[in-house]
Amino acid sequence: MFGIEALDLARFQFAFTITFHIIFPAFSIGLASYLAVLNGLHLITGKETYLKVFQFWKKIFAVAFGMGVVSGIVMSYQFGTNWSVFSDKTGPVLGPLMAYEVLTAFFLEAGFLGVMLFGRDKVGPKLHFFATFMVAVGTLISATWILSVNSWMQTPAGYAINENGQFIPVDWWKIVFNPSFPYRLTHMVLAAYLTTALVVGGVGAWHLMRNSANRSARLMFSMAMWMILFTAPLQIGAGDAHGINTLEHQPVKIMAMEGHYDSHPDGAPLILFGIPNPEEKRIDYAVEIPKLSSLILKHDLNAPLDGLDTVPDDKEPPVTIVFFTFRIMVGLGFAMLGLALFGAWQRYRGYLYHSPWLHRAAMVMGPMGFVAVVCGWITTEVGRQPYTVYNLLTTAESASPLQASAVGTSLVAFIVVYFFVFGAGTFYLLRLMGREPETAKGRLSEGPIRSAGITPAPGATELQRPGSATPAE
Amino acid sequence: MPFDLAFIWAGLIAFAVLAYVVLDGFDLGVGILFPLLSTEQERDVAMNTVAPVWDGNETWLVLGGGGLFAVFPLAYSVVMPALYAPLIAMLIGLIFRGVAFEYRWRTKRAKRFWDFAFFGGSTVAALGQGIALGALVQGIEVENRAYAGGNWDWLTPFSLLTGAAVVVGYALLGATWLLMKTEGPINDHNRRLAWPLSVTTLGLIGAVSLWTPFIDMEYFNRWFSDWTMIFTFAVPLLVAGAAWLMFWGLKTRHDTYPFFAALAMFVLSYIGIGISFYPHIVPPNLTIWEAAAPDSSLKFVLVGASVLIPLILAYTAYAYWVFRGKIDPDEGYH
Ligand code: HDD
Ligand code: HEM
Ligand code: HEM
Repeated sequence: MFGIEALDLARFQFAFTITFHIIFPAFSIGLASYLAVLNGLHLITGKETYLKVFQFWKKIFAVAFGMGVVSGIVMSYQFGTNWSVFSDKTGPVLGPLMAYEVLTAFFLEAGFLGVMLFGRDKVGPKLHFFATFMVAVGTLISATWILSVNSWMQTPAGYAINENGQFIPVDWWKIVFNPSFPYRLTHMVLAAYLTTALVVGGVGAWHLMRNSANRSARLMFSMAMWMILFTAPLQIGAGDAHGINTLEHQPVKIMAMEGHYDSHPDGAPLILFGIPNPEEKRIDYAVEIPKLSSLILKHDLNAPLDGLDTVPDDKEPPVTIVFFTFRIMVGLGFAMLGLALFGAWQRYRGYLYHSPWLHRAAMVMGPMGFVAVVCGWITTEVGRQPYTVYNLLTTAESASPLQASAVGTSLVAFIVVYFFVFGAGTFYLLRLMGREPETAKGRLSEGPIRSAGITPAPGATELQRPGSATPAE
Repeated sequence: MPFDLAFIWAGLIAFAVLAYVVLDGFDLGVGILFPLLSTEQERDVAMNTVAPVWDGNETWLVLGGGGLFAVFPLAYSVVMPALYAPLIAMLIGLIFRGVAFEYRWRTKRAKRFWDFAFFGGSTVAALGQGIALGALVQGIEVENRAYAGGNWDWLTPFSLLTGAAVVVGYALLGATWLLMKTEGPINDHNRRLAWPLSVTTLGLIGAVSLWTPFIDMEYFNRWFSDWTMIFTFAVPLLVAGAAWLMFWGLKTRHDTYPFFAALAMFVLSYIGIGISFYPHIVPPNLTIWEAAAPDSSLKFVLVGASVLIPLILAYTAYAYWVFRGKIDPDEGYH
């Protein structure tokens, strides 16, 4: 009996800590690339505004990155502490991929982060750009390896099983480039760019509403709206392709996402809304479009689709969670597209910086990338239950032989600490985002401290007067 | 002595953990010393000496953990549940001190709180590591490829002693680092701190070394009957040499020597632990070869590691080089 309890606590702990973790990478992957672009544009054009926007986001990046690192370290130890059987069995296959992540990505990020944050005066603008670029490359490499790991767990390939029950590698190429990896990587990197663009756009809009002449705010907002215009449609396309791939390799997950309790031999409907009723095995109050699901997934109106009635109950993922989170993600994807089109229209009319409704919409959408990312991951991860390695290793078999009291205590500790620490961090991030960009330099020279280039730790003083001047460096 | 893939990997993992201990050791040490620094300006300067490098230092811990998962998955899956409580405490400590690097510059009101978080987090992390080390030396029960002990096996007088030793040792690394990197009052202050810290560290190294052989007959034999007995004499002599360098550097105000003397003490103690352990990765039962992943995994990572680790060392050295020398107290981006 205690075994079951410890398992549930470990699952909740994993879900809780990874959900916190993913929020920061989703932002820092995108922001690192954005900073590299700003730094490069400043290097090429010499325009001050690029540098100012760079300095503005650099501090935000530093705080977000720090939170990403500490929540990530927890993840890399949690595999061993809470999922030791999983670690023993999958270690020979997944361990090397994660080791490569550390060797190729984490060291690269960490090694150049210091230079990027503190070293501009010491190394000069060119090397400083190089350091920023390396940090951006590092975040992308990191995403590549970890998504390969996750995708292998979803669609395992290139392995054999030895006498100890361990997965052992047979073909590394097949392991790394397992069937769902290219789709998942594309979708996640686009998600990170989209999420960041939405945050940058939201912050730009906030400042434009206060002062529509602010050059930095204009730059941020304009760049963000372009980015969303490109990535939102791509993301919808990538999501569609991802879903078709999942249908091939994890059809049961798709049944749960679509809410198909019953098989449809001649064309399945697309259920737009509804409330899953797991007891009766049907969707209540369903609003559906006939045959559309078959069209999307099979490109044929009358193609048959199996439903959960073909799957034993104990092999079914929890439908309700997957059904809702999937719809939230997709809905937000289309809302993002809507924002992008609205922005393009106002830009065409010349109102990009003067449209309060556009700015309000951008602010509302500002945090929605995070919501979509978390919902997408919940769909993915809950949808593959009851397995950790799809069809091969169940979640129940993966857990450590721990007592519920130990897992429970650590779970409570993590919850308290995370809400406190990341809550404070979010507060500081919002405050940093709320400072007015650009005007910084002009006001500083009027202030009491005037130093050429190097300013003694003003971060704290500056916050005594919210919204006041920020030193350029 | 079989010189094969598993052996090479044991060496590499040992290297990663050692790199972690000496690198993150000094920046955790700066955190442990935080309350002893007298003014806010001293604390600002102390933190700025490590701010550009701490993340790189901590990455060695991720390599230690991730590397163990990759090449010794069985060891990883036995050690982590066995050391559950000290490791979770360490992780939570690392969270607090890691975010403090940025947070304390972002607030006036709560600056004192994040100062305390930096100190508390660093101390708890160091203590967790020290206790984990002691518990590992004492041995971990394994049955059927899994940890077979209880929730509290890690808590013993010996592990508390190693916990204290690591905290004090890191503080010494931190003090000598600050001695090397700063000027003025904070520099003198750390010179004064380094004296009692080095004496205590040496005392604790001695206590742990004397205790270890009596934990297990195997350790005793290793130190007092095998050919390794040469080390029984060599290691203490070398530690004495490091101690002499430390005191001489402190006395004659050669600010770089004490830091390297403290590093030498850590490296020597580490070698001592290595001698006790070999050929086990999880004493008393699990050897390197029993815990190793199949050769195909070991080879796959080794190919990359042999190129990447030198590269990492090169650009890490570059990052240290950019921020070399005594710190300018007016500097910092915050
Ligand atoms: C900004 C974020 C974002 C947005 C707007 C979307 N997604 Fe998404 N989605 C993700 C972020 C995300 C994600 C967090 O990145 C996931 C989780 C795992 C993964 O690979 O990507 C994901 C998973 C995911 C899956 C699960 C695949 C699996 O595990 O087998 C499908 C089928 C889709 N998405 C489809 C879509 C569609 C059709 C969208 C169109 C509107 C869409 N997503 C918008
Ligand atoms: C690529 C990195 C990831 C890996 C390797 C991974 C691995 C795992 C593993 C091993 C489990 C099984 C343990 C369990 O059932 O709790 C799991 C479950 C879960 N993961 Fe992930 N995960 C990753 C990313 C994510 C992200 C980014 C999120 C959320 C934002 C997420 C959300 C979840 C949730 C909610 C569960 C619980 C499912 C359930 O128990 O019903 N995962 N994941
Ligand atoms: C269970 C799964 C995961 C584990 C074990 C894990 C582990 C880690 C660790 C240890 C760090 C800190 C690295 C450092 O010291 O610099 C980190 C940071 C990071 N992780 Fe994860 N991670 C997981 C999931 C993910 C996912 C799903 C993504 C993105 C797709 C991701 C992307 C990143 C990035 C970009 C960083 C750099 C720090 C940041 O951007 O905030 N990780 N992760």
